[in-house]
Amino acid sequence: MNTPASRTPYRVETRTRTSSIAGFTAIAVVVLLVVLPAFASRSLIQDLFFILTMLTLAQFWNLLAGYGGLVSVGQQAFVGIGAYALFSTVILWGLDPVPAILLGGLAALVLAVPFGFFAFRLQGAYFAIGTWVLAEVARLVVAQWKAVGGGTGTSLPRSATESIIFTSEIATLFGVRASAARDILAYWLALVLAIVAIGGIYWLLRSKRGLALAAVRDNPQAARSVGVDAQRVKWFVFLVAALGTGLTGALIYMQKARISPDAAFSLNDWTAYVIFIVVIGGIGTIEGPIVGVLVFFALQALLAQYGAWYLMVLGVIGIGVMLLAPRGLWGSFSDRTGIQLFPIRRRLVVGALTPKTPSREE
Amino acid sequence: MNWIDTIVQGVLLGGLYALFASGLSLVFGIMRLVNLAHGDLIVLGAYLILLIVSLLGLSPFVAAMVALPLMFALGYGLQKFVLNRVLGEDILPPLLVTFGISIVVQNALLQGASADTQRLPAGDIGVASLNLGIVNIGVLPLLTFGSAVGVILILNHVFYRTALGRAFRATSDDATTASLMGIRPRAVFAQATGIAMMIVTIAALYLGLRASFDPAVGPARLIYAFEAVIIGGLGSLWGTLAGGVIIGLAQTIGAAINPEWQILAGHVAFLLVLLVKPRGLFPRAFD
Amino acid sequence: MALLSTHGLTAHYGQFQALFGVDVTLDAGECVAIIGANGAGKTTLMRSISGVLRNESKSIRYRDLPIGSLAADEVMQRGIAMVPEGRRLFPSLTVEENLLIGAQVRKGQGPWTLEAIYELFPILKERRKNAGTALSGGQQQMVAIGRALMSNPDVLLCDEISLGLAPVVIRDIYNALPRIRAGDAAMIIVEQDIGQALKVADRVYCMMEGRVTLTGTPQALSREAIHNAYFGAAA
Repeated sequence: MNTPASRTPYRVETRTRTSSIAGFTAIAVVVLLVVLPAFASRSLIQDLFFILTMLTLAQFWNLLAGYGGLVSVGQQAFVGIGAYALFSTVILWGLDPVPAILLGGLAALVLAVPFGFFAFRLQGAYFAIGTWVLAEVARLVVAQWKAVGGGTGTSLPRSATESIIFTSEIATLFGVRASAARDILAYWLALVLAIVAIGGIYWLLRSKRGLALAAVRDNPQAARSVGVDAQRVKWFVFLVAALGTGLTGALIYMQKARISPDAAFSLNDWTAYVIFIVVIGGIGTIEGPIVGVLVFFALQALLAQYGAWYLMVLGVIGIGVMLLAPRGLWGSFSDRTGIQLFPIRRRLVVGALTPKTPSREE
Repeated sequence: MNWIDTIVQGVLLGGLYALFASGLSLVFGIMRLVNLAHGDLIVLGAYLILLIVSLLGLSPFVAAMVALPLMFALGYGLQKFVLNRVLGEDILPPLLVTFGISIVVQNALLQGASADTQRLPAGDIGVASLNLGIVNIGVLPLLTFGSAVGVILILNHVFYRTALGRAFRATSDDATTASLMGIRPRAVFAQATGIAMMIVTIAALYLGLRASFDPAVGPARLIYAFEAVIIGGLGSLWGTLAGGVIIGLAQTIGAAINPEWQILAGHVAFLLVLLVKPRGLFPRAFD
Repeated sequence: MALLSTHGLTAHYGQFQALFGVDVTLDAGECVAIIGANGAGKTTLMRSISGVLRNESKSIRYRDLPIGSLAADEVMQRGIAMVPEGRRLFPSLTVEENLLIGAQVRKGQGPWTLEAIYELFPILKERRKNAGTALSGGQQQMVAIGRALMSNPDVLLCDEISLGLAPVVIRDIYNALPRIRAGDAAMIIVEQDIGQALKVADRVYCMMEGRVTLTGTPQALSREAIHNAYFGAAA
């Protein structure tokens, strides 16, 4: 081996031409979304808020289950804790709700430590139900907390919601009422959170840690033999997902301004729907949850009025996708076309050399 | 407060939880499948018994007998046509599919039977009790506990004394080698889920006789069942009974202190056992 | 007409091709040995015939019917039993249960009963209540052979039955083979121990890199021919 590494005509790349085009499109979409409140109706902003927050939750669940192999059905614990941290700091300490969102994320992160301590004692499918039990414990404990309304819940005080920072500026800027300005603020925050989540997860997966993550998911034994500490990688993913889910939960309930333990720790709203979004769109891809959340929103708009039928349809579609196209809509599309908007796989790019056909030397 | 009474009630409640758990334990033991719809299937069983009671005017006990073969067929079909397709190395597909089934069953019941609470007519047996001087023991809780013990005795007999049980254990050990013995693992799995659904039917009978139920109570039953299985140690049916008793005791004692703490106390007991003995009280020697 | 035959059999593990058009035949009552180095494709061939690996239907024929696409349980029910590589006893079954499960689905016509197996390998009778995996390697191999015999198969596939065993134990097991052959089953034995294989087999196939490189009776094959077929001709 006397060729120094710097002179080898190979590069390791993850970027593709499609992904570059997708990058520019993404920037355009983001710019459009940022300026949207100037001309969009309040109900559209509210819908987009819902889509963006569900997308963020889905990205973090996908990070856990799709990339980390940790199937949690207890993520509602972090939504609930994040939300309750926001409510309690606003109500009890008189904090402004926007900085309180950060405390929501922090609270979820702190809670994730004992959670992980228990849940990681369980393997595979039992990990799933274990996280669910823990979420139930969190719900039952919070329901005992009388200062934030106990089992029946509470609302953010008017004094707090009316004086949220930036809302008066937004109201003046767009010439809207304070309540609409609050929605716009929440929407922008949701947009920031979604972009940071997608960008952060993409960056994470392309980093050295992402490689370790893929190794652990695909073959824990082999990963250990090349020096990847599986337990540490899993902890890292678990904590990141808890932080992101907690921030999102706090933001969702800042916008709702009314909370109860049953709603904030709802398995259906914050985990079942999220799993559906990821599965339909395509688990283990960043594009999947984006596709999934759009399908989910469309189905909800069409069918939500039918109540139980709507949920049955969601369940049947989820089962059908798992049986017939387990890689989801985006996964199947990507398999067929080879298109990846967020390529993570590393490709060896041969520089100056023309690749020659390998010949057998025997 | 009468402590002896509380403890007796708790132990007997554990019988119900052991019934919830035995089917889950059986299926996991044979095919490493955790059925997230287990609790909802128990509730479905209760509605099926209720339907038979009201259609044919039978007693719930006779109606449960009628429901047994139907539930076996449901379990067999569910495994054969759905779950067998997703079994494999990856735990995600079976988890997500059973989660989907859970949502479908819950909402189908909601659509078909409304959210109103229901109860199976227990008749005289529902209020009968034995006076043992220091405690009054309800006949129905006693019957529940006896049924749990009976179910576990029968399951252990099937498992360790019959050819079917031999095939169950062999397939659980090594499905490929079992197929070299002429055993079809998928058929074994379907039979196992069928049997699990018969246990579910018995659990459903007592669920409906002892308390009111509605389409939404399934997930909580799954969680109690899961806790009992983990506390007992995977694969040990007597351990599952012990786990059920621990959850039952914790809940009853918790409720005696403060009615709002009933469910929480059960979960806390589970977490404590998980802390001290992560593999359960009676772990299997190999896995 | 051959009892069992493969026709241009190929096998893949994902991208990797393990067999390249293998033709092997087995006549009724015959004992055929397949020899070859590690990775020659012997075990893949056994796994294909037994149905653990699925193939094209017509690539394997048995009693003049195509069986290549059948599942392992269907192949076994037609009378082809296998002693798998590594013995693969069921750890949660006792020795006796391990034997009984061999005849649970198919109990063909023939001499093999629990008593007959205990007569063939008396040590197993002593240890019949033990867990299968509590036995020594040689005893486990006896259980695995007995388990396959219990169904009174017409074809017995033995995959690496001497692998990892002490020479004296190998001798004991091979001493039992003539008595097993007296029970009418045709046999295919896969072996790395050429000496043992040549002693018991009527015919030998030598495999290398997924192909049959040599075939013939043990008497007709020279040491040198086998050596070349085994390791490739010296360049």
